[in-house]
Amino acid sequence: MTKQEFHNGCDDMLIDRCEPEAPKQKQGGSVPNEFNSHYLKVYYGRLFPYADIFRWISYGNDGKHPACDSSYVSRREFSFTLDNDIYLRFLSFNSAAELENKIKEKCPFKIDIGPVYSVDPTKRHAYAQSGDNVFTPVERELIFDIDISDYDDARYCCSGADVCLNCWPLMTIAIKVIDFALRDDFGFKHILWVYSGRRGVHCWVCDGKARRLTNEQRAAIADYFRVYKGNENNSKKVSLTGHALHPFLATAYTKVLKDFFEKKLLISQSLLSTEERYEKILEMIPDAAITSELRGRWQENRRSSSVKEDINVVRWEQLKQLLQSGKHKAQGLRRCVEEIVFCFAYPRLDMEVSKHMNHLLKAPFCVHPKTGRVCVPIDPNQCEQFDPTTVPTLSQLLDELNERGLRDDVDGEWKGTSFGNAVSLFRSSFLQPLLKASKVKESTHVHLT
Amino acid sequence: MEIVRSQSHRKISPNNVTNTLPLYRSAPPLEVRLEDFELYALDRLRVLKGISDGLSRGKRPEEMEKLVGKLWKENMRHQQASEIVNKDIISHFVLRLVYCRTEELRKWFLSMETSLFRYRFRLENAEAQRALMAEFDLSSRAVSNVEFESIKEKLGQVARSMGQSLPTADAIFYKVPFEEVPELVAGRKVFINQGFAYVAMTQAVSLVATLFRSLLSKALVLTNRKWTSTIREQEKDRLTPIVEALCSSYLGPDFSQMQIVEGLASLSQNYFMDDQGGKHFEPRGHGEISVKDIDQVAKSSFPLCMRNLLEKLREDHHLKHGGRMQLGLFLKGVGLNLDDALAFWRYEFSQKVGLERFEKEYAYSIRHNYGQEGKRTDYTAYSCQKIISSTPGVGDHHGCPYRHFSEENLRAALTRMGMNGRAMEDVMNKVRNRHYQLACTLTFEAIHGVPNDAGINHPTQYFSDSQKILQPELRDIIVALFGGGLGWCILSQTSNVWEGV
Repeated sequence: MTKQEFHNGCDDMLIDRCEPEAPKQKQGGSVPNEFNSHYLKVYYGRLFPYADIFRWISYGNDGKHPACDSSYVSRREFSFTLDNDIYLRFLSFNSAAELENKIKEKCPFKIDIGPVYSVDPTKRHAYAQSGDNVFTPVERELIFDIDISDYDDARYCCSGADVCLNCWPLMTIAIKVIDFALRDDFGFKHILWVYSGRRGVHCWVCDGKARRLTNEQRAAIADYFRVYKGNENNSKKVSLTGHALHPFLATAYTKVLKDFFEKKLLISQSLLSTEERYEKILEMIPDAAITSELRGRWQENRRSSSVKEDINVVRWEQLKQLLQSGKHKAQGLRRCVEEIVFCFAYPRLDMEVSKHMNHLLKAPFCVHPKTGRVCVPIDPNQCEQFDPTTVPTLSQLLDELNERGLRDDVDGEWKGTSFGNAVSLFRSSFLQPLLKASKVKESTHVHLT
Repeated sequence: MEIVRSQSHRKISPNNVTNTLPLYRSAPPLEVRLEDFELYALDRLRVLKGISDGLSRGKRPEEMEKLVGKLWKENMRHQQASEIVNKDIISHFVLRLVYCRTEELRKWFLSMETSLFRYRFRLENAEAQRALMAEFDLSSRAVSNVEFESIKEKLGQVARSMGQSLPTADAIFYKVPFEEVPELVAGRKVFINQGFAYVAMTQAVSLVATLFRSLLSKALVLTNRKWTSTIREQEKDRLTPIVEALCSSYLGPDFSQMQIVEGLASLSQNYFMDDQGGKHFEPRGHGEISVKDIDQVAKSSFPLCMRNLLEKLREDHHLKHGGRMQLGLFLKGVGLNLDDALAFWRYEFSQKVGLERFEKEYAYSIRHNYGQEGKRTDYTAYSCQKIISSTPGVGDHHGCPYRHFSEENLRAALTRMGMNGRAMEDVMNKVRNRHYQLACTLTFEAIHGVPNDAGINHPTQYFSDSQKILQPELRDIIVALFGGGLGWCILSQTSNVWEGV
């Protein structure tokens, strides 16, 4: 279907369109709610923000100043995954126009961004002959990938790639904890959070300092964040030893984890409501006397507790009271409450993604082929408000486009649409501060040289 | 550094010896006898190799400190006390030449020399340590009293999180970019604020070691440039042959490259590989085991980590990436050819994800492992060291069972292997002391009823050692070739070659 046909097709369907004021309530709208390459073509043709993406990854090297590294952008790897799972790696582009043309030509289902290499990745074979491995990654954003499917033992509402509003707070917690530590502890400023389109979030740390970290330093940061150590053969998932929590963990606990656990997860996940569930938590208490006392109380009062208070909250208070009361100040037990909270709430990172410079990560503003949702940026300061179930889908965006008619003025096309909001968030909270900072750096460069 | 053939050599004046632990900033103006050139280097290599072994056995810092002290004393001594420092410096610079030549060699040397430096630093007295810290100009990074007061509470929290006592008012902390102390960051052993890590005096060894490492890393790249541009050609009749023989000669059987029988051939070619590595070679004929044999040989000859992965794969018809790599490359290492590997994985995965998805999503990476896709690198099986240091997460079954299983699960797994009683307790003991490879070695010995003196360093080696015992006709050949320090045998050959020069 060509672009023209698409619009004709939609004109027929305009009849039963919902009110434009309430796009979020729309169930599919007039464009059938499905993902396909025709829709994607329109998206890439009319909406995808090439210039913004390109300006971002240029980091100020697209200007005319003497300090610009003109080869910088062209050494960046892009890779496309096409419709039939054909995978094109080591693509590179000299300009936003080149990027745009290639994307429009190939209509990739997924666009990944890789590292900046020592040489243009399309020409890597030419350098391969010269021996000692000159084709090597030299710069890469520090990235994090958090998937909700890694939390399956901490949520009961969904499993695998499914998410709902009951388990999404786990992602909110992850954003908050990682974001504040990246800023306060590591001193990074240019951090982009993106919804991955289905089951999680991606984080791009773009400060120059972050981009130049070695693999070892990246691994160190990932390990700094790593608390959850469970694998399939070890049920002790979180182990907090020592007389105090490290300041980072202590802050994470008091600022984020405790509240989210007690006010949200405990209730939304019904963590203590049934025997099977509370047994999982009792298993984490290494004191038989306490566990049997709690078990006794909980088996008894299954029906008798007052209806007013949530049973999970009641039981959690009992557990805390018993573990933190004077007579059980034993070292191992004092950490127990915290361990349980960390186990159910603390972020779980995909370590491998962060550790190596050459890991690819999906570009922002891609459309997830399974959900049709756009990988929109998330404002870390407002991440509680982010709702994955209302992220614009491809079909919804096309609806919005139809409503606005066939206006061709490119910038105006975005304004007021849900996509426009996503792009302006990308610009105002991330791109503009970033470019401003790289400009300042350039001018100091010029002075020095 | 001047290299002379004559017996005479200058002694350096004591004034030049400022420190017993040198930073090797520049090559010394020394004359070195050609014999010493090689002998010193070999002695140092023994130290580095010993460190490498110690690390791969998961030795703890205190044990490493002891080991390094012992290795140094045994190998780096000299009849003349004044010569000890020279030997240290000379041997370091010779090995720099030897190990500057490829990325893999540099990586190994850098990591071993840094470990050596770290533990030697720990063995130094406080005064010498301070002198070294002064060389790195650490004092200029000391935290001022005002700043110390403002973060005292946080520093105390970090100390208590490690079970240490609170820092006193006169405690010295250094404020450094967090990038300079990655291991302290990784272990959450420092307070980090706005990009700076606050390193306690007692942790300065990490900082000094990182600074040493970065000095050496830069120097190695420069040495490499000099080597390729001038030295190799200039010295082609004299030093070049020694240098080229040195790195490959010592390392002994390299199990990452070993094919059960073809290993013999590869030994004579002396590949040096590390885990990350992968060299471009023609794929050799694999095919020592076939799909139908896997379960049977797994039962008799796979180490626990691989048995576990295989079991899980048979159960779930799926393994996550880490597991596919660990098991897949091992199977390749013990001789499963590409076609059989594809058949093996296809049979399992297609039951879970369907044939189509298998061909689309998984077959590529199997061919990739066999060097048939992408950059066509012939990847090698993971060593114990790599497996032990992996970090299996949710849904993962890879890693080293001795390290990553809970005690309960490990006991259950060992019982399924037929372990019990005394032998089981011995294994658990090693595990508690974090000697994971020794635990694996004990398991091997208990199951086969035969001592394994070399110890298990590589899953492929576990397999081949097991097969040697189970297939007596092969055993004789292999014992003759592999047994008892083959590395030394090659070593003495090189020495002979050298004497002829």
